[in-house]
Amino acid sequence: MSTVAAALTVERACVELGGRPILREVSFQLAPGEFCGLIGSNGSGKTTLLRAILGFVRLDSGQIRLADGTTAGRLVGYVPQKIALDPGLPLRARDVVALGLDGARLGPALPSRRRAEQVEQMLHAVGAEAFADQRVGLLSGGQQQRVLVAHALVRRPRLLLLDEPLANLDVRSTAEIVALLRRLSREYGAAVLLSAHDMNPLLPAMDRIVYLAHGSAVAGKAEEVVRTEVLSELYGYHVDVVRVHGRVVVVAAEASDQIRAAVARDPVHTASVP
Amino acid sequence: MLMSVPSNPGFWVNEPVRVALTVGAGAALVCAVVGCATVMRRQAFAGHALADVSSAGGSAAYLLGLNPLLGFLGMAAAVAVVMEWADMREVRERDLLTGVVLGAGLGLTALLLYFDATMGSVSGAAMTVLFGSMFTIPATIVPVALAVAGAALVASAIIYRPLLLSALAADLARAQGLRVRAVTLTHAVTLALAVSLAAMTVGAILATALLIGPAAAALRLARRPFEALVLAALIGLGATWGGIALAYESFYWTPGRGWPVSFFIVILIFVAYLLSSWAATRRGARRGAALYGCEGA
Repeated sequence: MSTVAAALTVERACVELGGRPILREVSFQLAPGEFCGLIGSNGSGKTTLLRAILGFVRLDSGQIRLADGTTAGRLVGYVPQKIALDPGLPLRARDVVALGLDGARLGPALPSRRRAEQVEQMLHAVGAEAFADQRVGLLSGGQQQRVLVAHALVRRPRLLLLDEPLANLDVRSTAEIVALLRRLSREYGAAVLLSAHDMNPLLPAMDRIVYLAHGSAVAGKAEEVVRTEVLSELYGYHVDVVRVHGRVVVVAAEASDQIRAAVARDPVHTASVP
Repeated sequence: MLMSVPSNPGFWVNEPVRVALTVGAGAALVCAVVGCATVMRRQAFAGHALADVSSAGGSAAYLLGLNPLLGFLGMAAAVAVVMEWADMREVRERDLLTGVVLGAGLGLTALLLYFDATMGSVSGAAMTVLFGSMFTIPATIVPVALAVAGAALVASAIIYRPLLLSALAADLARAQGLRVRAVTLTHAVTLALAVSLAAMTVGAILATALLIGPAAAALRLARRPFEALVLAALIGLGATWGGIALAYESFYWTPGRGWPVSFFIVILIFVAYLLSSWAATRRGARRGAALYGCEGA
């Protein structure tokens, strides 16, 4: 990573909220165009880490650097967690994307062909043309997610942060959104950092994983990180990385014993456990 | 009935009517624009509270013989800034705080209106402050009202895009480096301006109707933000001028005693809201039928 400037560098980042450590010396780097999953259970510090990268939360120590050497601002696109778009807002999907382009500017937008083209192009890139003129609050969860991705990407940021974008999506929408994000990160050369509590939908797409537990992180390629020894050390107690039906599950030792027992009782339905 | 009004020469040359039409138009336009922003930010209750509390300023102005518009405005602006401050501090019980402030403000109004009545300088101050009296607005208020309206419209235009973005999601606005607090504070000031104009026309208690009604109706129907502003302005202006015309006409229904303008304005806004709800529901049903291939009903 020495020749190309990293899209994101997090160095020994520490955050305390109300005297409680939320992030403990988190360090990792993302190269331009890399697709990275930020994996951890609820309360592991995923949202705080993303908000720290955006500059919404101040670090108590450590450093976060973006490609241009700044923190936050123009070079970061963001899709927040569990965002419920108000059906009462008279905004079409198209308007939401346009607000991503220049929503922070003062005054009403003047009609501009270039602006309209940029918006149209982005709607096409996320496959949102079919519902571009519908009220955004009335769209389905998967459709809203596409619109929000377009909103975040339309300024061509070097880094795209998404907080639990796969929560509340059905299986098919989940696969579609992951494939879409993976493709866009390549096309636009934007590094993607995407938080999720379940790593499975991301495993085929991830270049890199940052695994968070109790505020501490390990980072690397998925096959290096998602291993019994590595994660046990991160958690500070023994966990098993178990594969069931091609899915990876991280379980505390007692629970993994129960799974093995279940396999022993019913080998037909749980055949693929190693 | 409405048709007879423009043909009645007295309507157009009448000075109080002209003042009412001018101040009413300013109030309706500003309320339409600021009202849309207020409803989109889900602050209808805060807007209502602000209007009610402004009555204390209005009644104080009558007591002291000052311009009532400035009285409404001073009180509304002071309380708007306090409520915005509470919002910044992320006071949890925002609605409770708003309710308590509303109660205290009206209590102060009760005291000031009692003084107004007992000291006898102005007759009917209570009715005017609380429910408006458009045909008694002094002509000297017109330039002040137009200046207030102009300031509110310019400020609203400046924060047009940032406010839409913040209404969509404050975090999306922050991620673009927007100072959301500056935007919401500016909006709070425009809200105070709008509310004071509305209090001047339909009275402090009924100001909510002018602020929220046309905006709520327009937001149900509009397909895009600018359309909502235009629609709200048309509804507000139509209701205000229609109300003035009907009130003028009412002098002939009950000879010698016209009905209050505020009554007509509020009723017209209410009818517009019902119609827009009906139209929005119909449109939703039609879209649903098209989507699921049902036989059109």
